[in-house]
Amino acid sequence: MPTIRYTSADGDVREISATTGDSVMQTAVRNGVAGIVGECGGVLSCATCHVFVDAGDADRLPPVGELEDEMLDGTADDRRPTSRLSCQLVVSDELGDLHVTLPEAQE
Amino acid sequence: MRPTNERGVLVIGASQAGVQLASSLREQGLDDPITVVGAEAHPPYQRPPLSKALLQGDLPTGSLVFRSPQFYAEQRIDLVLDQRITSVERRPDGSGVAVSSSGRRFPFTRLALTVGARPRRLDVPGADLAGVRYLRDTDDALALREDLTRADRVVIVGGGFIGLEVAASVRRLGKDVTVVLADDRLMGRAVGEPISEFFRRAHERRGCTLHFSVGVAAVTDDGNGRATGLDLTDGTHVPADLVVVGIGAVPRTELAEHLGLRVDNGIVVDEHGLTSDGTTVAAGDCVNCPTPVAGASPRMRFESVNTAVEQAKVAAATLAGKRLPYRTPPWFWSDQFDLKLQVAGLSQGCDQQVVRGDPGTERFSVLYYRGDTLAAAECVNSPLDFMAVRAALAAGSTVPAALAADPGTPLRTSTRPSSTGAPAPRTHGQDVLA
Ligand SMILES: Cc1cc2nc3c(=O)[nH]c(=O)nc-3n(C[C@H](O)[C@H](O)[C@H](O)COP(=O)(O)OP(=O)(O)OC[C@H]3O[C@@H](n4cnc5c(N)ncnc54)[C@H](O)[C@@H]3O)c2cc1C
Ligand code: FES
Repeated sequence: MPTIRYTSADGDVREISATTGDSVMQTAVRNGVAGIVGECGGVLSCATCHVFVDAGDADRLPPVGELEDEMLDGTADDRRPTSRLSCQLVVSDELGDLHVTLPEAQE
Repeated sequence: MRPTNERGVLVIGASQAGVQLASSLREQGLDDPITVVGAEAHPPYQRPPLSKALLQGDLPTGSLVFRSPQFYAEQRIDLVLDQRITSVERRPDGSGVAVSSSGRRFPFTRLALTVGARPRRLDVPGADLAGVRYLRDTDDALALREDLTRADRVVIVGGGFIGLEVAASVRRLGKDVTVVLADDRLMGRAVGEPISEFFRRAHERRGCTLHFSVGVAAVTDDGNGRATGLDLTDGTHVPADLVVVGIGAVPRTELAEHLGLRVDNGIVVDEHGLTSDGTTVAAGDCVNCPTPVAGASPRMRFESVNTAVEQAKVAAATLAGKRLPYRTPPWFWSDQFDLKLQVAGLSQGCDQQVVRGDPGTERFSVLYYRGDTLAAAECVNSPLDFMAVRAALAAGSTVPAALAADPGTPLRTSTRPSSTGAPAPRTHGQDVLA
């Protein structure tokens, strides 16, 4: 099972072995990772699941979708080159382990 | 002083508000036992996909759960499913015992009510026939999905969010869809004229038939107890294999009434989520609360994920001995076909509206102003506008109407500090969504 490593804005690390098919957002919310809210449940309506993906993982990810791109432009913490909405990142064996860092604020 | 039989917090209702309340209590540092008891047999889950992805068939119900079993265990939240609380005895200090229909007893020192709402029933001859469905919980959605495999013509009663989301999902499955509604426009209680009009055309373009300003006289039957369509009050008959009723939801207030709490279109709470007994808290679809923004009607019952979550945080803070008034401008979304509607703020009492962009492109926003202060936005396929307005409202800023009217000017960089309007006097409650 792939492992997702979440580093909070303060540097706290949580490692969770994720279920394939779940999103990086779902994995965080179901396990109570503070800093990812996921209020809309993953339908690109809230942008409270913003993460910065580790540079080393970024190129393996699916491209940013059109709606996701727009939502990222309005996130509470400013967008960076590796910003993603974690509800759009689906855990799979092919994608493997991921490391994401959380912004200071989501709302 | 705490009573000696310390039993902690009992949360009645295990859904959006109840799970948030329990999680927030731990985040707020409460160490007491927490029990969340719910009537449904399913572990707590999101409702929004029930009328959208789940109905369209591409979603297993397990993917909707909020939290893993390990989460509840780690947080020491005792989640008890499949137990409907039918009576509560309470002592003057706020502690007491709740009893379920199967006789199980749940003692508590503090009580939280997050019991939600139930669908409003259609009250006409034939409404109890097989083939008449409502949609509130997973069991309803699974039953409806099953019925859809055998239905070609579906008629939906109600032109609010649930009715229209069901209409869109069912139409996407290739069925004949007719929507009948008493109102003269769609989603009339929640959005303004331009959005209603846009969605009317959008649904018609995608093949739905809409009948406005008409009531249901009766559900007709095939002689074997199954629905065959609707007789409308204008004399029309609409044939159908399946009838879905989405005419709003009624807050579940029976436990609150039984406890002698003040109830007025929902359990009446203050801005800290406290009910009239001064110790019990309540949150979510079941409450009528002070409106969190100035200028709109003074009290509201607002049915959305965001309101349930924010009210639950506030109620949790109150139980944890903190003061966190409910002041978040509410927001919600609705997905219908490929149209994403996102609404931030409250447009009631607004005197100016600005249409930003061209509805013909299926991508535009409507911004609402009270005086010269931005109060709300209704955005279709325009998440950037929505995000900018949500952030501006939360920060108490505005966007000059003249700038907002130009879709080429980003709203985010056009926000300015606003002069806050005086809060309106408090009177009776009002339903904003349903
Ligand atoms: C089909 C559908 C689609 C929706 N789509 C959207 C959307 O797109 N966007 C949005 O923002 N909102 C949407 N909503 C609204 C949102 O889901 C609700 O506002 C939210 O679920 C409210 O949460 P709640 O916890 O207050 O109430 P509920 O979710 O209604 O939960 C109350 C729970 O309490 C339980 N309960 C009640 N009485 C008792 C008792 N006596 N004992 C034990 N348990 C009890 C009930 O069984 C229920 O599980 C939708 C709702 C539905 C039904
Ligand atoms: S969870 Fe709402 S946008 Fe990702």
